[in-house]
Amino acid sequence: MAPSTDLAKLSVAGLRELIRSGAAGPDEIWAACSSRIERLDPLLRAFLCVVDAPPAAPEGTGSGRQGGPSPGTGAPDILEETRRSLPVRLDGIPYALKDNICARGLPCTCGSRILEGFVPPYDATVAARLRLAGARLMGKTNMDEFAMGSSCEHSAFFPTANPWRMDLVPGGSSGGSAAAVAADLIPFALGSDTGGSVRQPAAFCGVVGLKPTYGLVSRYGLVAFASSLDQIGPITKDVTDCALVLSAIAGHDPLDSTSARAAPRDYAACLDSEIKGLRLGVPREYMGEGIQPGVREAVERALGLLEGLGAEVVECSLPHTGYAVATYYVIAPAEASSNLARYDGVRYGYRAPEDAAGAGDDLLAMYERTRTRGFGEEVRRRIMIGTYVLSAGYYDAYYLQAQKVRTLVWRDFDEAFGSVDALVGPTAPTVAFPIGSKTADPLEMYLNDVFTLPVNLAGIPAISVPCGLSDGLPVGLQFTGPLMGEPLLLRLAYAYETASGIRHPRPPLDGAGQACAGAGAAAGPGEAQGGGS
Amino acid sequence: MCLAIITRSQVEHVARLARLRFSPEAAGKIAGELDRILSYVNQLSGLDTSGVAPTSHALDPRDNVLRSDETHPGLTNEQALAGAPAAAAGMFRVPRVVGGE
Repeated sequence: MAPSTDLAKLSVAGLRELIRSGAAGPDEIWAACSSRIERLDPLLRAFLCVVDAPPAAPEGTGSGRQGGPSPGTGAPDILEETRRSLPVRLDGIPYALKDNICARGLPCTCGSRILEGFVPPYDATVAARLRLAGARLMGKTNMDEFAMGSSCEHSAFFPTANPWRMDLVPGGSSGGSAAAVAADLIPFALGSDTGGSVRQPAAFCGVVGLKPTYGLVSRYGLVAFASSLDQIGPITKDVTDCALVLSAIAGHDPLDSTSARAAPRDYAACLDSEIKGLRLGVPREYMGEGIQPGVREAVERALGLLEGLGAEVVECSLPHTGYAVATYYVIAPAEASSNLARYDGVRYGYRAPEDAAGAGDDLLAMYERTRTRGFGEEVRRRIMIGTYVLSAGYYDAYYLQAQKVRTLVWRDFDEAFGSVDALVGPTAPTVAFPIGSKTADPLEMYLNDVFTLPVNLAGIPAISVPCGLSDGLPVGLQFTGPLMGEPLLLRLAYAYETASGIRHPRPPLDGAGQACAGAGAAAGPGEAQGGGS
Repeated sequence: MCLAIITRSQVEHVARLARLRFSPEAAGKIAGELDRILSYVNQLSGLDTSGVAPTSHALDPRDNVLRSDETHPGLTNEQALAGAPAAAAGMFRVPRVVGGE
């Protein structure tokens, strides 16, 4: 094997091969990622916390949670059962968690001051499952505060840079996870997607991001933002890795009452580049005005390529697309205002100190002081919107009406899937935008999610894969499928990735930090050749 | 229909409900932002939704989710208090909530 830094550039599947063949050990891989983080993360600032050393105990031995019982579960037998049911092993593969997913013993900030000092006493189910699968948690990644944002600029700590150009945002809210994977700091990461927060940063950074069907992946230990929309998803270098990671984290969890009764399965077995005869719908609302010309061209090239592979590409319509942003910005803040009521300075996290003098402090004043100082501007704004739309006199006009429109958005998809197998279009209307360019106008930032958030409203799955560059920046192609349509989406994404040769396009980073030959770089962004168009 | 005219006093009322506090300048700023966002959201009122059932959840929760009524290990008192900003005598400590003297 080449110099050890090249190990950091390998995919999960590639690393599994090396470990299996004995050509590289878990500690070497850990060291390679660790030194790349040390060199590049000071520039990117994708991580909020990095674990110093690999875990001492061997992983996957069934004793995942030492040092006391885990809350709410008859831990040992459930863990053993889970371990036995895992369809894949990820032994020795380092990974990162978005910092709104709990891992026992590591700080969990959600990108917010209000969780200052909070160290979860338990693992999220995804973290427990990955540990049981043998993966090694290497750090927690930056995000917009409480996942509210599309740029990572609303982190209370610092913005993360896009590895393709340091003055651009990586997208959000899972911007740290996407930037870290794109820059080869970590083989894979998890994010959470409430309105596009896995797919849009994946698109902006040139990696693969999946928003699974609502309920397929347990939300236990994911800090709640909008409970009817939130879903954890993998961010990976390619589609094969996406399938492998999904196989490890998907499955029924008794600790999450919204968890779907889905049997564990090996999603990598669905990867098949034969897509002849599949019908793909292109929603005309997704290719209309507001989409950047370079994004449209990249998507059109991809559509041509899919046709060349024998798929039938037809135009279709999701007529309520234009209402989705408004619907989302009632429902998500409403749920958030309720979920974030728990941050009151009593049980964990930050409590604002008393104002001068201090005498006569009361509970209400402590709540208000703590929440006002602990939450950032965007979070306060959304709590205000949510509280307003739920308040007496406005509930029917806003919240109930939004829930009805949600039904219409869902019906659009349902009708579309009556005549096509899956939908395809751009993940976002633009490529990554400059840091600071959209923070002055919250509404403009919200509109960047127009193609991703209808999917969350409907609960269905969608995947973003890189489909070439526009002005030197990655463009994301989004495939959307019916409920539990992950096998189909992975197959489509894999077929596209294989035929286009666009697999983990490398950002021009290797001059950064210190010189390092980019010998290991796989097929560059390439061009999609236009396929059969 | 134009519901979204947010006054300062409405901002203060909603802030009280949300346990937030805004300085006079901050209240003016957020009133403007809320007004703009809610005006945008108001487009929903133009849509005919008569006869449409509301969706509260992506998956139709037809069946309740129950578990057997058995005890399981949970957090110890020490673990539960470990992250508390203030604790005393095995409890969370908060400012006085009942009358003194």
